[in-house]
Amino acid sequence: MEIYWVLGIPLVGGVFLALWGNRRNAPEINALFSLLTLIAAAWLTARVIDYGPMLIGDGWFFIDSFNVFLVALTAFVAFTTALFSRPYMRIEKEHGRLNDKRLRLYHSSYQIFIGAMLLALTTNNMGILWVSMEAATLTTVLLVSLYRTPASLEAAWKYFILCGVGIALALFGTILLYFAAEKILGSGGTALLWTHLNGVKTQLEPTVLQLAFVFLLVGYGTKVGLAPLHSWLPDAHAEGPTPVSAVLSGLLLNVALYAVMRCKVLVDGAMGTDLAGNLMMGFGLFSVVLAAFLIKRQSDVKRMFAYSSIEHMGLITFAFGMGGAVANFAGLLHMTMHSLTKSAIFFAVGHATQSAGTQMMDGIRGLIRTNPTIGWGLMLGTIAILGVPPFGVFASEFLIITTAMHEHPWATPFLLLALGVAFASIFGKVQPMVFGETELPKLPHQPALTPVFIHLGLVLMMGLFIPPYLADWYRQAAALLGG
Amino acid sequence: MSLTYHLQIVNLLAALLLLISFAMLSQRRIVGLVTLFAWQGAALATSTAIVAWSTGQHHLYYSAALTLVLKVIAMPWFFYRLIKKLDVDRDVETMINIPTTMLIGIALVIFAFNLALPISQMAGTVMRSTLGIAMATVLLAFLMMITRSKAIPQVIGFLAMENGLFFAATSATYGMPLVVEMGVALDVLVGVFVLSIFFFQIRETFDSLDLKHMEKLKER
Repeated sequence: MEIYWVLGIPLVGGVFLALWGNRRNAPEINALFSLLTLIAAAWLTARVIDYGPMLIGDGWFFIDSFNVFLVALTAFVAFTTALFSRPYMRIEKEHGRLNDKRLRLYHSSYQIFIGAMLLALTTNNMGILWVSMEAATLTTVLLVSLYRTPASLEAAWKYFILCGVGIALALFGTILLYFAAEKILGSGGTALLWTHLNGVKTQLEPTVLQLAFVFLLVGYGTKVGLAPLHSWLPDAHAEGPTPVSAVLSGLLLNVALYAVMRCKVLVDGAMGTDLAGNLMMGFGLFSVVLAAFLIKRQSDVKRMFAYSSIEHMGLITFAFGMGGAVANFAGLLHMTMHSLTKSAIFFAVGHATQSAGTQMMDGIRGLIRTNPTIGWGLMLGTIAILGVPPFGVFASEFLIITTAMHEHPWATPFLLLALGVAFASIFGKVQPMVFGETELPKLPHQPALTPVFIHLGLVLMMGLFIPPYLADWYRQAAALLGG
Repeated sequence: MSLTYHLQIVNLLAALLLLISFAMLSQRRIVGLVTLFAWQGAALATSTAIVAWSTGQHHLYYSAALTLVLKVIAMPWFFYRLIKKLDVDRDVETMINIPTTMLIGIALVIFAFNLALPISQMAGTVMRSTLGIAMATVLLAFLMMITRSKAIPQVIGFLAMENGLFFAATSATYGMPLVVEMGVALDVLVGVFVLSIFFFQIRETFDSLDLKHMEKLKER
C-alpha cells in the first residue's frame, strides 16, 4: 500500500505544479510534496525492516533491503534539495535568469523526475526499469537547459543524445535478457520480472546473458557516468541550475548504478564466472583514474565537482565489481556518503556562485570572510568528500581500498594515485576560494544552508558510529548483491 | 506451407527495411528523411502484423497498430509541421561524404550479421534470420546520428534506431511484453514532444538548427 503513496505523491505533485507552479508559493508546495514523499518512503522503509522483502501488486513491485535503502536516500535528498531550491531559485529569479513560466516547468519536472527515479527503484519489471530510466532522462533534459544560454542548450543536447543512445543500448540488452528468459519462463509479462528471473538465473543461457550484460552495462553505465562514456556529465552538471546538479549527481547516478547491479546479480547466477565483476572493475578503475586527472584541469567549480562525481561513481562501481560481503557493504556505504556529501557541496557551491556572480573558481575568493556559513559549508563538504578521517567517506573508501589490497593488489596503486591527485587538486582549488583575499559583496539574502549541515552531520555521524540497525540493513543488502 | 509463404514476405520487408536504412544514410534533405522514416515505420508495422497473423501471437497486433499510429502517421505528420514552422524545409546537409558513409555502412552490416549469428541460432521464432537485419538497422541509424550535424536528422536517426530495436525484439522473441512496449512508446512520444520544445529553444538562441554552433563545451 505504501508503495502507491511513494509513487503517487510525486506524480500528483508534478501535475499539480504543472498547473499552478507559477504561483508565488510554488517553491513551498514543491517542498511540501517532497516532504510527503519522504514520509511515505519512511513508512515503506519501516515496513520492509519489520517484515523483510515483499512483493506488492501481483509482483509488479519488489522491495528488498537493497532498493528500500535507495528509496529512503532518494526521498531524503529530494526533500532537502527542495528546501535548498526554495530560496535559491527565488534569488535566481531576482537576478533575472528565470521567469515564472520556467519556474513552473522546473517545479513540475522536478517532481516527475523524482517519481520516475522512485519507480525505477521499486519496479520488479526489467522493462519498466528501462522505461522509467528513460523517463528520468527526458524530464531532466529541459531542466539542464533551463537558463536557455547557448552553453546550457548545448549541454542539454549532448545529455539527450548521449544518454539516449546509451539507453537504447540498454534496451537491446533488456531485449536479450527477455530472449533468454522467455525460453524458461514462457512469453508474456512475467518473464521480465526480476524475482522470477532471479529464481531461474542458473538456467539462463550464459552466452546470451553475457552479451546482454555488456549492452546493459554500457547503456546504464553511460548514465552512471562511467568513463569513457562520461562526457555528458560535467556539461550537464555545470550548465544546469544547481538544485538539478545536486539531484543528478546525488541521485540519478545511484539509480543508474542500481539498474546495473540488478542485472549483475542475474548474470553472475547464469554464468558462474567473474566476467561481470571484472568488467565493472575495469570501467570503474578507468573512471576513477581519468576523472582524477581531469579534475586538475578544471576552472569551473561545478565542473570540477562533476568530475569528482565521476571519480566516486567509478570507485563504487569498482567496489561492486570486486563483490563479496565487505566490498558490497563498502560500496553501499559509499553510495550513501557520496549522495549526501556531494549534494551538500552543490548547495554550498550554488550560493557561492550566486554571491560571486560567476562559476569560475578564480572569481570566487574569501568566502569565509564575506559569507562565513557558505565558506564553512564548502570547506567541510570538500574535506568530507576527499575522505578525511572523521567523515563517513573515509570509512567507505578505507574499506574499499583495504579489500582491493587483499583481493586485487594490482589495482591499489592506481586507486591511491587517483585519490591522491584528486585530493591535491580539489583541496588546492577550494582553499583560496574559502580563505583567500576578497572584495566580493555579501550575499544579500539568507542562504539556505540548513540542508548542507544536516547532510554533513549525517556523514560525520556515519563516520564515527554506524547505528547497529543501519549496519545490519547494509549487511543484508550487501548479501543480496552476492559476489 | 503457408508459414513459409508468410516468411518470404517478412524477409522481403526486412530487406526493404535495410534498404530504407541505407537510403536514409544518403538522404541529404530533411523532408526526404522524414518520408523515408515514415516508410520504414510502415515496413515495420506490416511485417509485425504478418508475423502476428501467421503465428497467432495476438499481442503483436497491438504493437503493429502502435507502430502504425505513432511512427507512420503521428510522428511524420508532426515532423512535417515542425519543419514548416521552423522553416528548415530547404535545409540540406552538405558536410557528409556519401560514398564513404555507404562503405562504412556496408562494413557495419557485415559486422551486425556476425554479431547476430550466435543469438539467431538459439532463437525459436520463425523469423530469426532477420535478427541480423535488425541489428544492422540499429547500427546504420547510429552511423547516421554520428554523421549528421543538424538537430532534426539526429533525432530521426535516434527514432530509426528505436525502429531497429523494435524489429530485433520481434525477430528474436515475438516482441517484448505489451506493457513494456507501451512504456517504450510513451517514452518515445514524450521524447519527441520534449525535443520539439527544445528545437525552438535552440533555434531562438542560435538562429539555426545546425549543431556546428555547439562546440563550446570541450575539455580544454
